[in-house]
Amino acid sequence: MSDIEEKPRPGLRFLWLAIITVALAAIIAGGVIWSNATTTPKLALDLEGGTSIILEPQVSEGTDISKEQLDQAVAIIRQRVDSTGVSEAEISTQGDRNIVVNLPGNPDEETRNLVRSSAQLVFRRVALVGDPRSQEQIQKEQESSGEESGADDGLSDEERKRLEDLTGADSQGDGDGEDQAPSGGGDVVDAGGSATETDEASETSKPSESESSDAEESDETSGSSEGSKVTDSTPRPLFDPEKDASEWQTEKIIKEYSELDCTNKKNRTGGQQQPSDEPVVSCSEDGQAKYILGPVELSGDHLADANAGYAAGANGVQTNTPAVNLSFDSTGREIFKQITSDITGKQQPYNQFAIELDGLVLSAPSSNAVITDGNAQITGNFTLDSAQTLANQLKNGSLPLSFQVQSENQISPTLGSNYLKIGLLTGFVGLLLVVVYSLLQYRVLGLVTVSSLVVAGVLTYLLLLLASWRYGYRLSLAGVAGIIIGIGMAADSFIVYFERVRDELRSGRNLLSAVEVGWNRAKRTIYASKAVNMLAAVILYILAVGSVRGFAFTLGLTVIIDVLIVFLFTHPMLQFLARTKFFGEGHPMSGMDPRLLGVKPAAYRGALNLSIDDEDKSPEAKRREKARLRKAGMTAEDGSDTTAAAAAASESEETSSDTTKAAKPKTAKPKAAKTAVGGMTIAERKAAARRAEEEAAAEDSAAADGKEDDK
Amino acid sequence: MKRFFAWGNRLHSGESSIPFVGKAKLWLSIAGVLVLLSLLVPLIFGFNFGIAFKGGSQFQVDHITDTSAAKGEGIINEVVSGSEPRLTPTSDTAVQIETNQLTDPQMQDVRDALVSGYDVKVEDVTSTFVGPEWGQDVTSKMIRALVIFVAIALIVMALYFRTWKMSVAAIVGLFAVMIVTMGIYSATGFEVTPEAVIGFLTVLSFSLYDTVVVFDKIRENTTRFEERRNLKFSELVNLGVNQTTVRSINTSVVSVLPIASILFIGVFLLGAGTLVDISLSLFIGTIVAAASTLFVASPLYAVLRANEPAVKAQEEAVRELRLKNGGADVPPVIHAEV
Repeated sequence: MSDIEEKPRPGLRFLWLAIITVALAAIIAGGVIWSNATTTPKLALDLEGGTSIILEPQVSEGTDISKEQLDQAVAIIRQRVDSTGVSEAEISTQGDRNIVVNLPGNPDEETRNLVRSSAQLVFRRVALVGDPRSQEQIQKEQESSGEESGADDGLSDEERKRLEDLTGADSQGDGDGEDQAPSGGGDVVDAGGSATETDEASETSKPSESESSDAEESDETSGSSEGSKVTDSTPRPLFDPEKDASEWQTEKIIKEYSELDCTNKKNRTGGQQQPSDEPVVSCSEDGQAKYILGPVELSGDHLADANAGYAAGANGVQTNTPAVNLSFDSTGREIFKQITSDITGKQQPYNQFAIELDGLVLSAPSSNAVITDGNAQITGNFTLDSAQTLANQLKNGSLPLSFQVQSENQISPTLGSNYLKIGLLTGFVGLLLVVVYSLLQYRVLGLVTVSSLVVAGVLTYLLLLLASWRYGYRLSLAGVAGIIIGIGMAADSFIVYFERVRDELRSGRNLLSAVEVGWNRAKRTIYASKAVNMLAAVILYILAVGSVRGFAFTLGLTVIIDVLIVFLFTHPMLQFLARTKFFGEGHPMSGMDPRLLGVKPAAYRGALNLSIDDEDKSPEAKRREKARLRKAGMTAEDGSDTTAAAAAASESEETSSDTTKAAKPKTAKPKAAKTAVGGMTIAERKAAARRAEEEAAAEDSAAADGKEDDK
Repeated sequence: MKRFFAWGNRLHSGESSIPFVGKAKLWLSIAGVLVLLSLLVPLIFGFNFGIAFKGGSQFQVDHITDTSAAKGEGIINEVVSGSEPRLTPTSDTAVQIETNQLTDPQMQDVRDALVSGYDVKVEDVTSTFVGPEWGQDVTSKMIRALVIFVAIALIVMALYFRTWKMSVAAIVGLFAVMIVTMGIYSATGFEVTPEAVIGFLTVLSFSLYDTVVVFDKIRENTTRFEERRNLKFSELVNLGVNQTTVRSINTSVVSVLPIASILFIGVFLLGAGTLVDISLSLFIGTIVAAASTLFVASPLYAVLRANEPAVKAQEEAVRELRLKNGGADVPPVIHAEV
């Protein structure tokens, strides 16, 4: 049938497989050497041990949580957890509502609380801004450098003195008018607080006054206490650092302030529940400044929107200065007006208000104007990016997210590794059973299954390494189960294939052609059935949560590898084996022994014997013929053609001659016609003829397909 | 093994034949009764839902010697009253204790108490806490996944086989698998955990996979059946199923072997847990699925098409031909063997 003589090229497919495997191995080897790839897949929590907490945000009824809000919540939790020094924490969103926090080991109560507690955005007045370091640290540094002035702490003389009085710390600064806050303090305040905040509609925001000259004196007027109950209608500000000095200049607060070291990440975890009606000590988010803040004046709920843009110039013209625009709702507008009208024009830092998210100061701009319309603008040393970040934090932070633990799973590391061991053991035993069964069922052919599974195993392992390196995939117990089950499924497709080849043998083909025709049919079945499996894996992966995803991932992975292996390994392997004497002659142990499959040797020889001229062949004759066929370079097409030709012979003279022409001169056709089955009854022959007829119909296309495939 | 081969050969040629289609009514009735039972059983017994679906707390303690219920429950009752601890030994050296939902500090207390009470290392105590909404969340996501899977599978198969009847037969077979598996879970009181549900969903994928393989052969056999005069349509279908029976048995065995390995070794070494839960549902489901393909999906397909005019005409023509030739109205053997 084929004009161009083409042999099946198993070698080419093996080559492809080798290329894929080597390329994968090389990529991973490269990753191990030059990057952070590992030689074993990273393990998920259930195998490694640790705590997995699934959180669901709690919001008021009917409020939707946007993806950004969830992302921000993840960022906040990550900041908290990272700050505690817990390494390798994994925090991710899951589905459209949940957050999964995976922590190694058994985290202490404090860490758990950090993970769960809510993050709120609030506005507070600033009473004191200073060096982020603790008093102790500052002293140490001064001692070592010896030359730094006492003003290093960023406090005014008086403040420092007061601190000294209060804490008993003996700062050894000369304390002499050297108010210049050097790098640490001054800059810091700049970063956080140099943002000026102006009425959007009014004139340009002036660059904020230099922080260095601030706080020359401190008002010691003591203020009156606040009323106990604060509502939105309580006149603002609730707190005046000048008048209410006694409230924040308490021993407790000053002590806390002087001891707090904001340069230490551990102190910037946020998440602590700060009292809203009392002055608090707080760090800036980036650890560049330290604050004493008044009670909460305004909650983030009243912030309607925040976005980044460019500051408006003097006459409303846009300038090049990035800025963050805030707009408040009606309640917020009123409160904000009261606050700004009170603090505007005051000296630093009393004209500043701090925007605090999750207990950390995001920004502490000073007010330049009274904001009456609820639209404020913060300018400062922003880049457009940092303005955008701040705007996002403000916008998403305005929704207070607190979390409810949906599920918490704690697995001991010993148990985890135990699971892994048993998982591997059962996988191994399962594989062994599959091998034994294959060998029983398919004899030596079973070895093809075994080697295919080995190759599949190697590829799976490499792909897992790749996934775990590039995409942070972690192998879980469910994933191990997916792989083990994948083994069974992979072996399935070999069985589908082998059975098809046997079917074709039973139909009287020789092995070479049976392999090709069987492959063509099995191929379709394998594709269709694997597509169903893949569909299930993909749907599970997309829709399911938690451990199901890990399972779906490995299941899908094994499906892909399976198809790859059948195509690039099992089939070419069979093509290759079909040419060997052992298989080609149907040795009883080959698993493709036609006699065991109920086919007469002669029928198996490659043609249905419709000739009446019966003549049973001696084994020698068979072997001779076989050898000749091989020598003649008989290929699968030849075989299949021959069969088809012979099969079709009964119904169409033309078909027969066509195919014979295509076949090699010395091929089976004439031989086949002569070969015959001894003891075949007329009825049997009739049946065979009928079968041939059936075959013939389906054959035309199948044979053609076979040819295409081999090209 | 030789006999198995010979049997496979006879099935292939049609010499021996299991009347999957011939006794379609019988198989479908049996299946129908089983499905009905499986629907009724949960009404009586309900399901034994794991804590992932009920909400609650669960502790597992390993490397212990005393697995009596009294000890573990006693320890917990001392720490937290009214938590209704229920202890299940999962192996000779491990127990699992479920309680009502505890608060986080209580969880810690119980952990500490278990560590000291059983005198084990901290690592030997594993705890799980599941909020009440988690299970609902998981369930609703699973159901959504299932519905979408079935819908897409229905379409894909209808396109592949070019007849919606195969698609429908396959899906009905799928539902039979689903319902019977659930029935078995309910009747036996096996715990329904998220892992069991994973296994369950995999079974559905396996079930369809198995059906696709068999239907592919049937499709091949029935291509241009109208022109054939040797075999009736229903006989062609039956032959297809018989010809793939050996394959079905082999694939099922090969699929079940690793699963059984996980299940039995897992139970022996680990007690209940992710692996065992998954493999149990897979074990049951795979067997049910293989049976369903042979006895539900395939006969149903033949029944579904039996009333088509083309099918009727062909079957009638074949019958007439057979009678004319003086033979009985039985399918011939496709080709001979000795």
